[in-house]
This record gives sequence, structure tokens and C-alpha cells, in this order.
Amino acid sequence: MAKAAQKTGIVEAERHPALAGRNASAAHVTLTALEPAERISLRAPEASLAALSKALGLTLPKKPKTSTSKGGRTALWLGPDEWLVIDDAGGDLLADCAKVKQLHSAVGVSHRNVAIGVTGPGAETTLNAGCPQDLSLAAFPVGGCSRTIFGKVEIVLYRTAEDAFRVECWRSFSDYVFTFLSEAARDAAA
Amino acid sequence: MSGAFRISNAGRLTPARTARFTFDGKAYTGVEGDTLASALLANGVHLVGRSFKYHRPRGFLSAGAEEPNALVEIARDSARKTPNVRATVQELYDGLSAKSQNRWPSLSFDVGAVNDVASPFFSAGFYYKTFMWPKSAWKNLYEPNIRSAAGLGVAPDQPDPDHYSSRFAHCDVLVLGGGAAGLAAALAAAETGVRVIIADEQAEFGGALRFESGARIEGQGGWAWAQGIVAQLKAMGNVRVLSRTTAFGYYAQNFVGLVERVSEHLADPGHDVPRERLWQVRAKRVVLATGAIERHMVFADNDRPGVMLASAARTYLNHYGVAVGRNVGVYTANDSAYGAAIDLKKAGVNVAAIVDLRDNPSGTLIDQARAAGIEIHDGRAVTRVGGKLRVSSMTVQPKNGGGERTIAIDALLMSAGWTPSVHLFSQSRGKVAFNEDKRFVPGTYAQDCVSVGACNGTDGLAASMDEAYAAGTKAAKEAGGKATKVSKPKVDADEIWSRGMLGSAPGAGPDTTVKAFVDFQNDVTAKDIRQAVREGMRSIEHVKRFTTNGMATDQGKTSNMHGLAIAADMLSKPIPEVGLTTFRAPYTPVTFGAIISHARGPLFDPTRRTPMHGWAEKHGAVFEDVGQWKRAWYFPRAGEDMHAAVNRECVTVRKTAGLFDASTLGKIEVVGPDAAKFMELLYTNPWEKLEAGRCRYGIMLREDGFIYDDGVVGRLAADRFHVTTTTGGAARVMNHMEDYLQTEFPHLNVWLTSISEQWAVIAVQGPKSRDIIAPLVEGIDMSDEAMPHMSVREGKICGVPTRLFRMSFTGDRGFEVNVPADYGQAVWEALWAEGQKHGAAAYGTEAMHVLRAEKGYIIVGQDTDGTVTPNDAGLDWAVGKKKADFVGIRGLTRLDLVAKGRKQLVGLRTKDPRVVLEEGAQVVDNPNQPIPMKMIGHVTSSYWSENCGRSIALALIAGGRDRAGETLYVPMPDKVIEVEVTGMVFFDEKGERLNG
Repeated sequence: MAKAAQKTGIVEAERHPALAGRNASAAHVTLTALEPAERISLRAPEASLAALSKALGLTLPKKPKTSTSKGGRTALWLGPDEWLVIDDAGGDLLADCAKVKQLHSAVGVSHRNVAIGVTGPGAETTLNAGCPQDLSLAAFPVGGCSRTIFGKVEIVLYRTAEDAFRVECWRSFSDYVFTFLSEAARDAAA
Repeated sequence: MSGAFRISNAGRLTPARTARFTFDGKAYTGVEGDTLASALLANGVHLVGRSFKYHRPRGFLSAGAEEPNALVEIARDSARKTPNVRATVQELYDGLSAKSQNRWPSLSFDVGAVNDVASPFFSAGFYYKTFMWPKSAWKNLYEPNIRSAAGLGVAPDQPDPDHYSSRFAHCDVLVLGGGAAGLAAALAAAETGVRVIIADEQAEFGGALRFESGARIEGQGGWAWAQGIVAQLKAMGNVRVLSRTTAFGYYAQNFVGLVERVSEHLADPGHDVPRERLWQVRAKRVVLATGAIERHMVFADNDRPGVMLASAARTYLNHYGVAVGRNVGVYTANDSAYGAAIDLKKAGVNVAAIVDLRDNPSGTLIDQARAAGIEIHDGRAVTRVGGKLRVSSMTVQPKNGGGERTIAIDALLMSAGWTPSVHLFSQSRGKVAFNEDKRFVPGTYAQDCVSVGACNGTDGLAASMDEAYAAGTKAAKEAGGKATKVSKPKVDADEIWSRGMLGSAPGAGPDTTVKAFVDFQNDVTAKDIRQAVREGMRSIEHVKRFTTNGMATDQGKTSNMHGLAIAADMLSKPIPEVGLTTFRAPYTPVTFGAIISHARGPLFDPTRRTPMHGWAEKHGAVFEDVGQWKRAWYFPRAGEDMHAAVNRECVTVRKTAGLFDASTLGKIEVVGPDAAKFMELLYTNPWEKLEAGRCRYGIMLREDGFIYDDGVVGRLAADRFHVTTTTGGAARVMNHMEDYLQTEFPHLNVWLTSISEQWAVIAVQGPKSRDIIAPLVEGIDMSDEAMPHMSVREGKICGVPTRLFRMSFTGDRGFEVNVPADYGQAVWEALWAEGQKHGAAAYGTEAMHVLRAEKGYIIVGQDTDGTVTPNDAGLDWAVGKKKADFVGIRGLTRLDLVAKGRKQLVGLRTKDPRVVLEEGAQVVDNPNQPIPMKMIGHVTSSYWSENCGRSIALALIAGGRDRAGETLYVPMPDKVIEVEVTGMVFFDEKGERLNG
């Protein structure tokens, strides 16, 4: 909510997240626009990983398509020198990285990305309407993640439970992704 | 009663479950489980269509996907009309409404049939030879008329109200075809625990077991066994069973496209079920069990309604309980037709005679037929048939000539043998081999697949199932399955169908005027193939295109081999030397709906909206499409047209201020100790010495020296740049930079991150811009001394973080306020409220274009076209003269890039200030020269400038800067416009307003 800053009398800008309040449900799947979160795009060479992991309080994963999670923070492996780090607990990821002297690039993308939760026994099927990856538990286990496509746009897909995924996409594509997911959900039996 | 030809105690349908339907307006009754074909045949209806070219009456040839004749239109309502549906695969539902096609005024009396009488004029290649002159008439006269006379169904004229879905899937073993072989392979694979998908185009699995009454497996009838296996497979967690699903395309790396008809067979599908579902499956191993298709006999008038494939008649009897006639004849060169004759005879249908082209055929089936008392005429041919709308007799003659005999019949079953269905194998890029049985069978494999059963040329149920079971086990093992104890099904009895014949039988010619059809759907006769060869076609590919054999929607499923054999015979060459035409996807026609699936309406392409879109909408903005983005074009007030609104917006910005949504600009954060070095290499400008907190206009070239993109870059810190790109260039500039970083400059310690959507951008431009922003800002000194033009500061606005740029794309004092995207709308609203105090306006992309043109600022992609250098655009000042290297530096020294007379960007003033030039208009230096005139350039940007009180334009003109002051001419259709060449700046030439 808008509130007056202490000294200046400037009214603080209200946040209007994309997809705010949007949700949809079908027989076997529920779609939810997830709460805003802190995010950084982290780039770093191997030699900096120990220091960055320490500063962030979790071990940055090195294996393709895996993630690590601790204390409301999740680091998703996106490439050999690239991670998407998400903080749901209100931590300041940029400040934590700023303390690290070792070579790296941390860029804030909290507002660039929008997250959609896809949950239910039909979640996998719903996503497979537009995502060509093998989403079976054997190939894409809980904690698995991947930068991939959904229909015509790029997404980051992260499996949070056997029947739950987090879909991250860019803000202006979120309406497309949500609409597509809603359509796909209609055809997603368990 | 579901038809006079329904035989009690035959078939597998439940007679009590009736379904009503109409064909050409007449009401009939069928049974649940019928196809439209079986239901019509049960009612004695054979005449269902008119042929493509000659409008000959046609009936059902087959009982499956290969059907060339029985194409009908199925209409659920005025929008749901599907043309060219094969009646043999359309399942009956209560209320189905079908219509015949390509006839007028009616099916039994069709005026177009005059083509049949005139057919000597319509021989192969007729269209190519006849309608050559005049050339223009082809497009306007001949083609449209030929198209409407020849034809298939009529495309629906309303938007498709149905919806379609898509599904990607992965599996270890994909089995295509659900006959005995496919089921055996799937069972073998499934038992090892691997993921199996099995698909079949029919509503029920079983394939040829639908009609093959002699098959017994595991102590039960073949069909019953198949249903038991399907139930077993469905119960397994690792198996997906897809019925009504056609594999239509086999692509690279075992990627197979399938279409599942989800609700085509339902009377009331409801709204939630898609009509069709597109499956795109990636499989480790593919087992092809696609079966074989029976060939017809090629003889005179073999297309009469009532003449059909023996396996079709047998299917109608054994599965649907329908007799295709009461007194049938059989014409064959193969054993399998005997099975049909025997079954019909047993069911009480009179079999007038079996005419077998072979001398002294022998075998179990032949013995059985004789024992059943069926008359067999061996070594004889059917030379013609009687009847017009329905076959009424067949004329039999010894194949080497002799006395004729005419036998009355009401249906004629024919079989020339079976063609292995190698379509999908061929699509997988496998090479077929011609075997000793004169069949093209899979030869060399190109992908991880294996063919089993009839499609592999394997005869007999036991042999097919053995082969399939072994292949299924092997495929599963290769895909990582565990060896298990398996329960291989045991075949107790089967039928062996020995080989048949290819090409035309006696009575089909040669060189007679009879129509012995090879390709029913395209009306290609044996005579046409021979003519093609006589006219010089040597390759089967040429014969195909000259005659159109095999080119219709059935893609030659019944005709290819006959056509090939006739051509080979004419050429006196062995069949493999003439060659088989290539099989291409789709195997059977696929609807556009299935291919498009979800990508229609709002999902056709993403529509991207900025964080401030809602505000603009509320304030009456008219939007324009810029790539996928919706951008506010202008904000008309009551009574304003576009012209008036843009004029007001332009004047207001220069008088007080304007707010502009620049969020769509591409933005890239370049971070790392080598960031400046990287910028030096990617842009023409120098960056090393740019201080933190300052900005610079940068130009990016391609390797060839031409302008690729431009934008203002702010240096936030020694190791951090905030780069902006054009809206349209955002994605490709990022790729261009990343490409160079990874391939040319991998030694640099720098990383690129797209932040286009992290930041909403509000441009506040005009003399009052600082006054509007300042009250909302904390932590930034906005005085001219502390924050001069082309600088960037980080601080807070409205209590949220901002990257505040002082920069101008209008030539007036200006700022661009970057805030995290979710705050864009609120900060815009706060700035708007401040702006209102000063009389500021919101302006759109049109005013933005005019204002920048007044200052001669270029837009990459509008004033440049990929052939413009910085010098051409008057931007030499932005190229670092002392720089040793940057992308494009060598390109810039190419001879033609430094030659005199290149097109240069200049300003144009029309002599009449009220005349606004057309963008794209060509410019000449002498309007009196003869046409075609020598063009010396063209207009790139042109507007009415209310601030200048006149029109303004930019143009690329050969040697333009040396022509300053010259008069040039812009010839238009109705007049010639005189223009004067000027500099590019039309407003505030000294640039004083940047600090005004």
C-alpha cells in the first residue's frame, strides 16, 4: 500500500505485479500467479563459486538441470556459468553478492521475471502442451530445472514437487504463458 | 432396422444400438460402431461421389484410410463443415449429416459427367498443353474455371469454432500400427518395463484381424485376442495406448508427428474436449507395424460403384455385418480374395464366380472355396463390367483371348495383392529395396527404427508376430529395458496370402480407349501412364507429375505400384530402375487446426504490453504494433483526429513537457572488469574514458561496416554499463553481442544480461521536465552542474530505486526515468500528476518520431536499411578515429564504402511547405527525363512539423551532402514535387534547448 516516506512527503509508488491475482483451475491442475520475489541473474567462473555460495548461503549447483535450495533461496543452474537465484524470503541478493570480491556478475531481474505455479496431477501434461522436454519424474525429478520453451516463448521451468512446477517467464510474456497454460489445463487429464 | 444389407449373426456391432444419419438429405439408420461407409452399404448405397476430372460415378473402394473415392462433406453446423472426409474412416454418430461432393445438380445426374464423354480431349498433360496462350488467361480464366470444375470439396467459409490441443511426449519404444504385429511388439517391449506408446488410426486395435476370420491366437479368435492384449496394455502404467491416432510424419531423430481424433466420432463432443490432439513424440526406438494395403485390379471400368477391394468387402461383412451385395463376383490374382469369397458364401451371399488371372492356383484357401461350391475361372480376366451407377455384370475372357462370357453380379471384389505400407519408413529417410516377391520393402535404415509384419513384406500371421515380438524385445532392450521372462503369444491358425500382380491386367489396353483406372482419385488410367512414357517421360517422378498419378489426397496408396509397373513395362526396364516416388508427410491429410493447435487467436503470437499499458488504455491511447509490442501511438482528446493529436503533443513537449512510455527499448547490462574493453569492440565509439555517471550515444556496426543498431549507453560504474538498444533490435543485438563475446572475444571477463523487462522507462522531455521529476526524487542532485546532459544517476523516485538518465530524443531538455517494472505504472501516475501542474501531455510514438526528425536524429531501420554507414548517416563524429579495432572497422575501409557518390542522409524541404512527402518516394534530379528515370535516392522519414510550421523530411540521396541547396524532384502519380536539399536539423539548429 502507498505510504508516505518519512521526511520527504513523497508518496511511495505502489507495486503492480503482472498477473496480479490471476489464477485458474481445471479438473486436474491449478494455475497461480506467484508472489513477487527477489531474483538475480548470476554469472561467474568456477573459481568464484565457493565465495559466492558462502555469501548467498547455499551451494551453487554445478550439475546441468539441477538446483539447490536453502532458507527460502533457490539457485537454478541455467548454464555452465549461469544461475538464476530466487529469494522468496525478502533477502537482498544483490547486497550479498556485492560483498564478494571474486569475479562475477550479479544483475537484478526481480521485476523482469514473473512466476506462475502449475500444480496438480495434470501439471506435467499441461506443461507438455507447449514444452517439448521430457517431464517424467525420471528425466525431470523434483528440484530439476531448465531454461526451455513454452509455445513461442522462453521460460525457466523448475519442479518443486512431484506434481508442482514453477514457471518463470519475462514480464510481458506472462499473459501469453498464463493464457496458454489455462488452455492446456483444460486438456490435461491426470 | 439398420439396413437391408445387414446380416444377422455377422459382424461385431450391437444391432439394437442404432444411430440415425443423413446422406445428401436422405435419412438412414446405422448402428453404433459403423463407419459412414458401412452404414451406407448396409442401406444398399454404393454411389457416393463423382470423380475428380471425368465426374464418373464412384462408390467405396476400401474400408480404410487408403480410400480414394468416397470423399464426403461432414457438417455439424454452418461453421463446422469438413470437406473431403473419407466415409470409410468417419465413425457414425447419431445425427451425422454428410453430403456428396463434386456433383451438380445431383449425385445420380451430374452435368459434369460430359467430361467423361469428352475425355479423349482430357488426356494426361491436357491442361499443360492446351491452356498455354495467352499467358495471362491462365491466372484469370483457365485456372479458376478448371479448379471449380475439377474438384474436391468446398473449404469452410467461417472461422473454426472447435479447439485443438497439442502434447509433447517421450517414450522408449513407439509402436506405430496396432494390428497383430504392432500389438505383439508393444507387448514384448512393455513387459520389460520401458515406456511404450502404441498408436493406431482405427477406433479399435486389431488391424487386419478385423476381417481375417481364419486367424486364431492363444486359443481364441484373432480379434478377441487383440482386444484382450489392448486391455492388458492399457492396464500397464508404462504404456500409453492411442486409438484413432494416425502417425502422419516421421522426422529427424525419431521425432514422430501423430494426430489423435478426440471427438470426431462423438454426437455431442461438448466444449471442453478438443476436436483433435497433435502428438509430437520423441522415441528412443520406433517399431513400424503399419501393415499392407490391398491393390485393385486394373481393367476397363474398374471404378464402377460396387467394384471394391476384396479385403473391404470382407471387413464390411466380418466386422460390420454388412453384405456389399447379394450376388458378388471376385476378380483376383492373389489368394486373399478367396477368404472374402468364402466368408460371404458362408454368410449366405451368392458368390457368382471367382475369376483368377493365375493358371491353376492352388492352396488351402482355393481348396476351401472349391469345397464351398464356388465356381472358379482360372487363367481368365475380367475385361469389362456392365452398369453405370452400380456394377451389374462382369465380362470374363481367357487372359490370352477367346470367347467372352458375361456373368450378372451386383458387386465385384478384386485383389491384385498387397503393397507393404513403407510410407513412414520412407519418411524416416530409409531406403526401400525391391525384393524377389516384387515388393518394395524396407532396405537400409536411416534411423533407430525397425519394420515388422506386413509392412516389412512378411507374409503370414505367425511369422509376422514372431518377427514383431523379437523386434519389440530388442527395441526395449536397446532403449534400456530389463530382460524379463516373456509370454510370447502362440498363433494357432492363420491364412497365408501369396503374391499377386502389378500393373494392368488384360482388358486394360494397351492403347484402347477404355478407362482402366490406376489412380481413382485423380482419374489416371493405364492409358495415361503409357501416354506419358510415349511422350518422353522416363523417370517415375516425371510420369507422376505429368499424369498426376499418386498426387491426390490419398497419395497413391493404391495406385503407385500399378503406375510404376505400367511405366516400367512400357520402358522395358525392371521396376527398381524406374524408381519409386518419394513418400512425404502427411501419411493421411491432417487438419490445419491440429497443426496450429493452440496457436490461434490470442495465442497466435505473444502480445507484449508495457507496465503502463493500462494507464494509456484508460487515457484513450491508440496503439500501434511494434513487433510483438503494443505501443501507444497517440493520445487523441475529444474531437481530435490523429493529425491534431500529434500536432498538440509535439507542441506541448517543446512548450512545457511530455511523458512518453519508452519501456520497450532493449536494455542490456554489461558487467565485468573488461566491460569497457568489450564495449570498445562492439561499438564504433570510444568508451574507456567515459566516466562513471556519464552517457554516450553509441553506434554498433556489422562486420561489413553498415549500421546495425544504436542507442544511449550509461556507465554506472567502472565495470558496469547500462546499454539501450532499439525496440525491434533488442533480441538480435543481445544475440549479436553474445555471439561475438563467445566466439571472438572469449578472453574478456564480461557478462551480458538482458534487463529490457526489469526496467520500465518513462521519458520526460521538454523545458519543464526537471521541474516535473525533481519533487519526486531523493538522493540525486538534478542541477545542470551536478547532472549535465548525457549523464546517469542512481537514486530513488517515489521511494523506489531508479536509474535516472538525462538524455534527449527530442532536442529539448529531457530525462528517462528507469524504475523496476512493477513500479512503472505508479511512478508514471505520480509524474503525470506533477506534469499536470505544468500542462504536460502524454505523447505517443508518432509524436516521438516527429520530434526526433525535427532534430535530424535517425531511427535505425527507418532511415537506415542495412546498407548505410555512419558516414552516410552523418554520424562520422561517433566513430572513434583513434580506435585500433571494433566490429566493422575493416568493413568501413572497403572501396565501395569510401567511394564518392554514396547515398547520404540529408534533409529535404518541399518548396510548398504544406506538402508532406510520402515515405519511400523516389527522388530524381531531372523530372523531364524519359521513363524509366534515374533514381538518385528516396525519402526515409517525412512528417508535418507543427513546431516548424512546415513539412520536414529525411532522405538518402546520392552525394547528398554536396547537393545542399540544390532543387530535386519527387515524381508522384499525379504531380512532381519540388524539394530543396538541406541539412538534417530543422529545429533549434544550435542545440540550445538541450539545456533550455
